[in-house]
Amino acid sequence: MVSVNLCADQFALMLAAPGQLVSVTHVAADPHVSVMAEATHGLHRNRAQAEEVHALAPDLVLAGPWTPAHTVAMLRRLGIAVTVIPDVRTLDAVPDALRATGAALGREAEADAMAETYVNELEALRAAARDTPGPRAVLHSPNNYTSGTGSMADQILTLAGLSNLAAEAGIAGGGFLPLEEMVMLAPDMVISAEPYPGASRAEEVLRHPAARALAGPGRHALLADSDWTCGTPHVLRAAARLRNAAQEVE
Amino acid sequence: MRDHRALMAALLALVGALFAASLLIGPAGIAPAQALAALLRGDATAEALVMREIRLPRALLAVMIGASLGLAGAAMQGYLRNPLAEPGLIGVSGSAALGAVIALQTGLAASFALGLPLAALAGAAGAVALLLALAGPRGGSLTLILAGIAVSALAGALTALVLNLSPNPFAAAEIMFWMMGSLVDRSMTHVWLALPLMVVGWALLAGLGRGLDALTLGEDAAETLGISLTRLRLMLVAGTACVVGAGTAVAGAIGFVGLVVPHILRPFVGARPSALLPASALGGAAMLLAADVAVRLVLPERDLKLGVVTALVGAPLFLHLIYRTRAEGL
Repeated sequence: MVSVNLCADQFALMLAAPGQLVSVTHVAADPHVSVMAEATHGLHRNRAQAEEVHALAPDLVLAGPWTPAHTVAMLRRLGIAVTVIPDVRTLDAVPDALRATGAALGREAEADAMAETYVNELEALRAAARDTPGPRAVLHSPNNYTSGTGSMADQILTLAGLSNLAAEAGIAGGGFLPLEEMVMLAPDMVISAEPYPGASRAEEVLRHPAARALAGPGRHALLADSDWTCGTPHVLRAAARLRNAAQEVE
Repeated sequence: MRDHRALMAALLALVGALFAASLLIGPAGIAPAQALAALLRGDATAEALVMREIRLPRALLAVMIGASLGLAGAAMQGYLRNPLAEPGLIGVSGSAALGAVIALQTGLAASFALGLPLAALAGAAGAVALLLALAGPRGGSLTLILAGIAVSALAGALTALVLNLSPNPFAAAEIMFWMMGSLVDRSMTHVWLALPLMVVGWALLAGLGRGLDALTLGEDAAETLGISLTRLRLMLVAGTACVVGAGTAVAGAIGFVGLVVPHILRPFVGARPSALLPASALGGAAMLLAADVAVRLVLPERDLKLGVVTALVGAPLFLHLIYRTRAEGL
């Protein structure tokens, strides 16, 4: 079994029997984006190219909806079965992806158990969520990217008891919120991603004096991309962390 | 200078009006009166934060970098006596961007305050020196343009390589910024970073006027007038490297400003380099302010690069110049 998609990697690493998974993508070993980075030790790391995957002679390849169609077609032409693990866009879709991975790996029981734990934890968090609107927060990602209504991030913010200002500003899904507009929205809390090594202009805007003025002590939360890049059960960990940060703001 | 007072006053008024427009136009949509009040008040309100930390540095940088590019373009054209010389086209800006990218990715920029602009300066200085050495004092069009193409391509390729090797996933996507330039979300930090080197560069380039005037009579005539060509050349290289390096370090490589502005203003100043230098500085500031206002009006949320706008104006003019140069049999 080989996985060629970061999200499929993480689901497979959570569910596979020892020795069942041979190779995952090299990004799955990067703790910035993958919650299962440690579990990749000793596994082959691929770059999602048909030739190297074929050389590993797998019985089954796990791909994602964003895996290039020509790579998937090439693998199938080479006689390798490919299962596409669906994209997770809502908190309620996490169990489906777990079960789809479980079915592909022949690990249905493990997937069911993990899905059940997730649903219980999700319900508990939802039950604890208040009715009154919480602090007004905005997600400030590199390049002034933010997430509004309908996005996974928006659902996590709501679950953490925060009201998402990007949604209020009319951004649906992902979108760019100019720094000026973010300042004018006067958020109670700014949530940004942990910086990557090296330098980029995209991340420089997170340290812009105007952004720093908004994100004073106690009004700023850092979140690891790994917790919500993919809709793994770890999204609940991000929600719990944000809830603690939200309580500090009040 | 006396004859050009009206032109300078008009250019100054234009820069003032565009500077005001740059301060008043933005996605936050603050009413003009309120915006100016907030700018002067400078308190902790959101309006004051937007005006002082976001729009003011952007407008200041447009003036500083535009003036630098206009000045450098006029000086290079004066020295090489070639209307096609321009820091962006012949790879000086691209080499400055390479220096800046190397400083950022190796951590040199983070290790000491002026690391970023000085690395960009080194890149620019290397490119100007190489081009002047290849094109020779008379600056033959063909050699200059061919050498410029090679330097541009090499600098662009190395910039892309450095960004692709970066461990930062966002860096590779920023090739466009370094090649086309943008002033989005710059801060006062960038103004202070660029200003010291720019002031040095402005002083060096402004001092070239008399020498360039003499050079219009030919090299021998210039030397008999007591102009040291070696010194002139050194001041040009150092001045251009300072202003282009500092500007590119904070805003990326912006092309065509140094080509278009001197070309438009030359007829008004009677082709005298000493008069063209200050006029081109003001004209460059006006052009970059206008381009930066245009990117905000045309595609406010897409971060349209400045180089796109300047190239749309500048590239047809460049082709026209090449056509005319060819027609004149140069």
